[in-house]
Amino acid sequence: MVGIITYGVYIPRYRIKVEEIARVWGANASDISGGLGVFEKSVPDLDEDTATIAVEAARNALNRRHVNPDEIGAVYVGSESHPYAVKPTACTVGEAIGATPNMTAADYEFACKAGTAAIQTCMGLVKSRMITYGLAIGSDIAQGAPSDALEYTAAAGGAAFLIGRDDPIATIHHTCSYTTDTPDFWRREGQDYPRHGGRFTGDPGYFRHVEGAARLLFDQVGTTPKDYDHAVFHQPNAKFPQKVAKNLGFKPEQIKSGLVVPLLGNTYSAASPIGLAAILDTAKAGERILVVSFGSGAGSDAFDIEVTDAIASDKFRHNAAPTVEQLLEKPIYLDYARYAKHKGKIVMQT
Amino acid sequence: MRDVAVIGIGCTTFGEKWSSSFRDLFVEAGALALEDARLSGEKIDAMYVGNMSAGRFIEQEHIGALIADYAGMATRHIPSTRVEAACASGGLAFRQAVIAVASGMEDIVVAAGVEKMTDVEPGASTDTLTGAADREWEGFVGATFPGLYAMIATDYMHRYPLTREQLAQVAVKNHYNGARNPIAQFQQEITIDTVLKSTMVAEPLRLFDCSPITDGAAAVIVAPLTRAREFTDTPVKVLASAQASDTITLHDRRDISTLDATVAAGQRAFRMAKLAHKDIDMVEVHDCFSIAEICAIEDLGFCRKGEAGKFTADGETALDGKIPVNTSGGLKACGHPVGATGIKQVCEIVQQLRNEAGKRQIDGARIGMTHNVGGTGGTVAVHILGRA
Repeated sequence: MVGIITYGVYIPRYRIKVEEIARVWGANASDISGGLGVFEKSVPDLDEDTATIAVEAARNALNRRHVNPDEIGAVYVGSESHPYAVKPTACTVGEAIGATPNMTAADYEFACKAGTAAIQTCMGLVKSRMITYGLAIGSDIAQGAPSDALEYTAAAGGAAFLIGRDDPIATIHHTCSYTTDTPDFWRREGQDYPRHGGRFTGDPGYFRHVEGAARLLFDQVGTTPKDYDHAVFHQPNAKFPQKVAKNLGFKPEQIKSGLVVPLLGNTYSAASPIGLAAILDTAKAGERILVVSFGSGAGSDAFDIEVTDAIASDKFRHNAAPTVEQLLEKPIYLDYARYAKHKGKIVMQT
Repeated sequence: MRDVAVIGIGCTTFGEKWSSSFRDLFVEAGALALEDARLSGEKIDAMYVGNMSAGRFIEQEHIGALIADYAGMATRHIPSTRVEAACASGGLAFRQAVIAVASGMEDIVVAAGVEKMTDVEPGASTDTLTGAADREWEGFVGATFPGLYAMIATDYMHRYPLTREQLAQVAVKNHYNGARNPIAQFQQEITIDTVLKSTMVAEPLRLFDCSPITDGAAAVIVAPLTRAREFTDTPVKVLASAQASDTITLHDRRDISTLDATVAAGQRAFRMAKLAHKDIDMVEVHDCFSIAEICAIEDLGFCRKGEAGKFTADGETALDGKIPVNTSGGLKACGHPVGATGIKQVCEIVQQLRNEAGKRQIDGARIGMTHNVGGTGGTVAVHILGRA
């Protein structure tokens, strides 16, 4: 059975509070925090980008469980903030973990769901026995234009999942996708910041696709919400996943472990993968997890996952890498000026 | 001049209708109106459609032909005319249809209104709406509609005893009514606190003082009163149709807290119908902002200048008040698809007069009024309708 062999997460130490951003733009911070359910967000360091974050997450995954890097036959990195328009982030990651040269690699972009698309690709390659292991990563230093609603949530982080057949810590029973051509959020070549259709990103975007993929999966697997111990939905803010969970018939306890957005922000391609990692950090054998990502443009990938005994075995050293909770501890808070510097919003003389 | 009656009405639900296009909206409203009048399309002699800015909202002009075409009437080559007067487009389309029938030129005429506003970003729709003001003297120097009505509110509150809470009560009352209207964009009740704690838009107007951006369409069918009972058991007679103009800019007005066009159109309508204020059972006024309703009920003469705040706070404009105002929820709660609003107001009054308004029904309603404003009052249409 195909599944998750190991996983790792990386989140930069820096944070900025919603109220600090609101202070600069003269907005009402409590309205924004209350409306979004987000209070602070992670910020990359000056020299951190999607590639360094992806490497950190991949190394954290491999620290937990060693595999021969030569057996990693594929590396896919999903992001909407790849450092190069042409030149793959995945090659940098492959080189950094020693998996080159006998591997295939590519960068993915599907707004916030490119990371889960990478998991699906790895599953296919593993199942068809083209490769032994595939590394799927969602990593982003998310962009949000100054004063835009996105600026309050656009965060940085990454999660890496090694997909394989032998003794996974969690089996992926099934995956399916729900995809349409829906222009709810976009960024054209050469533009620094994405644009979006305001509330159009809600019902016709997020809710239609997340609910569509979840219901498709329930139909195909024959499950209902009560079959799952945990669920994680793409979390651009706290309100959307809470509402979609309620619409589908999940209880608040079922989404609690994976709801990391209030103190992390929206890590775009890493958002649902980090949520899944947070669940795996405390999950026990036999627990069942539903994951539904969402990428604008638009689509959702749904996964039916079950934790195995291997998660508690000696082969998997969970403590060898930080948990999501540990990565969220001891933040270093930035004011807007330093945040602007970190995010490259201040244009330096060249 | 012939007497004219409304023989059918139809209205889409109002809101952010992501899955309905401009043409879906007017086809739906038109079909509902035809069904209501038990008419088939080949009986229609002419159409007038109110639409403010399809050119900027959906990059489509030539709306008269488009609507005739998609209503299946282009092959019969009926006259189909677009009417534009900013937010009063619907009211004027209705008036044109009434005039066409009254004159004897046409018999069965559709008056429709439609606006599809959510295909553009909020900034673009705000700018498009600014076209209802004077672009050179107001728009280019930064005035927006919330800004212009905020100036009216500021001047009004400086001169008359209107409190912030009384102003908020307009929105509270309209949301209460909207919660009882199945087509309304906002069907939840709110409190004064909801208004006072909402985001500031343009001092002193907050988010809940403002009508929203809305998609929607409405259509009514008018016919000579003498033929009305061929189509309906409950015809509604058009007792008055009045229209007035004023300076397009706010700063050129005699008094910026009084919409003289409302005063003029209101007086003409009462004269034409030979009626007095006590005869009106309910009125749909143009509450694009809360302050607009305050001005409207004074300028139409339902209370004295400066007293509308107390009048509202005392519940005189509520469903069980002396003169129920905006039983539909008004522009605030029902939504404001600008070209459709004037027609929706007629639909609401007709529903009330037919005793079909459900939980917001005014008992024994016999006569109602509509008041539709373009811009800050450059155009006003007032109609009085009564049970036939």
